Amino acid sequence: MKKIKRNRRTGINAAQIKGERLFYTLNDLFLLFFLLIVAYPIIYVFSASFSSPSAVISGKVVLFPVDFSLEGYKAVFENGDIVLGYANTIFYTVAGTIINIFLTIICAYPLSRKEMYGRDIFMFIISFTMIFSGGLIPTYILVQNLGLINTRWAMLLPNAIGAYNVIIARTYFQTTITDDLFEVAQLNGCSHIRFLWSIVLPLSKAVTAVLVLFYAVGHWNQYFNAFIYLSDRKLFPLQIILREILVMNQIDSSMVTDPVLMARKQGLADLLKYSLIIVASVPVWIAYPFVQKHFVKGVMIGAVKG
Amino acid sequence: MDIKKTPQINGKVLERTSAFLNAKKQIKKSLELYLIFLLPFLWFIIFRYGPMYGLQIAFRDYRAVDGIWGSRWIGLANFIKFFNSYEFKRVVTNTLGIAIYNLIASFPMPIMLAIALNVSYRNKFKKVTQYVTYMPYFISTVVMVGIILRFLNPRIGVVNKLITALGGEAVDFMAVPEYFKSIYVWSGVWQYTGWNSIIYLAALASVSPELHEAAMIDGASRFKRVIYIDLPGIMPTAVILLILNCGHLMNVGFEKVFLMQNPLNLRTSQVIATYEYSVGLKSAAANFSYATAIGFFNSVINLILIVIVNKIAKKYTEISLW
Repeated sequence: MKKIKRNRRTGINAAQIKGERLFYTLNDLFLLFFLLIVAYPIIYVFSASFSSPSAVISGKVVLFPVDFSLEGYKAVFENGDIVLGYANTIFYTVAGTIINIFLTIICAYPLSRKEMYGRDIFMFIISFTMIFSGGLIPTYILVQNLGLINTRWAMLLPNAIGAYNVIIARTYFQTTITDDLFEVAQLNGCSHIRFLWSIVLPLSKAVTAVLVLFYAVGHWNQYFNAFIYLSDRKLFPLQIILREILVMNQIDSSMVTDPVLMARKQGLADLLKYSLIIVASVPVWIAYPFVQKHFVKGVMIGAVKG
Repeated sequence: MDIKKTPQINGKVLERTSAFLNAKKQIKKSLELYLIFLLPFLWFIIFRYGPMYGLQIAFRDYRAVDGIWGSRWIGLANFIKFFNSYEFKRVVTNTLGIAIYNLIASFPMPIMLAIALNVSYRNKFKKVTQYVTYMPYFISTVVMVGIILRFLNPRIGVVNKLITALGGEAVDFMAVPEYFKSIYVWSGVWQYTGWNSIIYLAALASVSPELHEAAMIDGASRFKRVIYIDLPGIMPTAVILLILNCGHLMNVGFEKVFLMQNPLNLRTSQVIATYEYSVGLKSAAANFSYATAIGFFNSVINLILIVIVNKIAKKYTEISLW
């Protein structure tokens, strides 16, 4: 690899160097342009969330926080709905991800074993659900018939397994757990369950990390199921509250009539939205660098036979 | 009975019995695996195939008291009603319009980003770019729409502040039906390009360095190597992703469209999925059967699309999903 790098920089013949340098510079400029376009909105939201209400409404925030203040965050954490929604979301994410990982692994492991009789049929049964589904209403009727409407289970069971994730895990098992490994274990009287628990799982940390991230982010951002299955405010996850505040603009201004106070409230309501966006997204942004190195592997495995 | 035939029959019977015995033996051998598999398998049957069983209410006049099986069979009436309805042309046009626009706009971007990242040799800069461009992927749809609404807000949004600063007049973008598609598509490009480039980066990393070395000895510039080595190297990946995207063409996501909808832009923002929802769950007189028929129509078109695109890809490129 070293050799290529040197060649890249020096170029092959003198006449080419100039053109090459221009190409590399243009390329980096393109990347920089792209980077700025993606980064600017994030930086803006971040800066606005740390500014004062009046700076936000008057549009003084351009790049950095103006009149640094934590009022927005204070308002976020004083709002009972948001705090309860946050707690609910943490519960759904933790409980949901545990269920997801458990079921995905016990689904993928048997399908990765050659000695499982009829595994192609089972594979087909699972893959087919990726290209065809019963759709919104039949799923709703099913959830209703199972008595899950307005319970926490409605947030955990209907999406307990992702077929795509099963395929990722299965491909990973197939490529890392060799047949010899199982044969040796079997000779020593090891059952499949024990083999899965004490040999396969410790060898599959990379793929488990990717699955945990995919599932956990899915739960954290889950909005649709809560939206159609839940009506009890006590069960609402954060995303539903976010919709009320960010999209529908429903924020409790509790009958303020004084115009000065009204303007302040309006300013605070605008500011709170920025702080809320940050509070809702930061946990995921913190979590993902830890698993980032496994991404490529995870994404690629799934693509091998998707 | 013909004597000659007897051994043949016997042979067949024998063959069949041995196949049967063999299967029995194999099943016995995989019993423990079946046991492990049981729970997830049941989940798929209940939560994925259960709704498919429920799809038959598209052909029935569903009433909750009668249940799925007990409701009156009315054949294709719901489908005919949908095809003849005033909304049909509009929702299909909107769905296809958004989908095709989205496909064309969002397909080449990750390829360009991945190639640019692959060409650059400033490693730190590359790492930062990757980290930042993956970030939007983790933003929830609700927050994404929240950001869009904040930025395009006619009163305090950045975009309108810029317009007014330049002497223009503030525009309430979300209230103009003509802007809906572009806002939907380009915010999606902003959100997903980085993440979607991962797979192309991985494909680029697997392009043999020997190809590059050989080309360099022949005096090929880096640009030429992008065109003649890198691009062909990621073609298979690109084709597979294109197939997948085409298969999901009519699957314009419910969530984002629904969250971006308002009474003023409904003319261009009502798609099949949101219409299905508004008929089936939102309205006071919810019509489950009619909504199911609409969803079923959509799923079948999707299924047909993915099969056709896959066939075409198989024929011309020898790459396919199955």
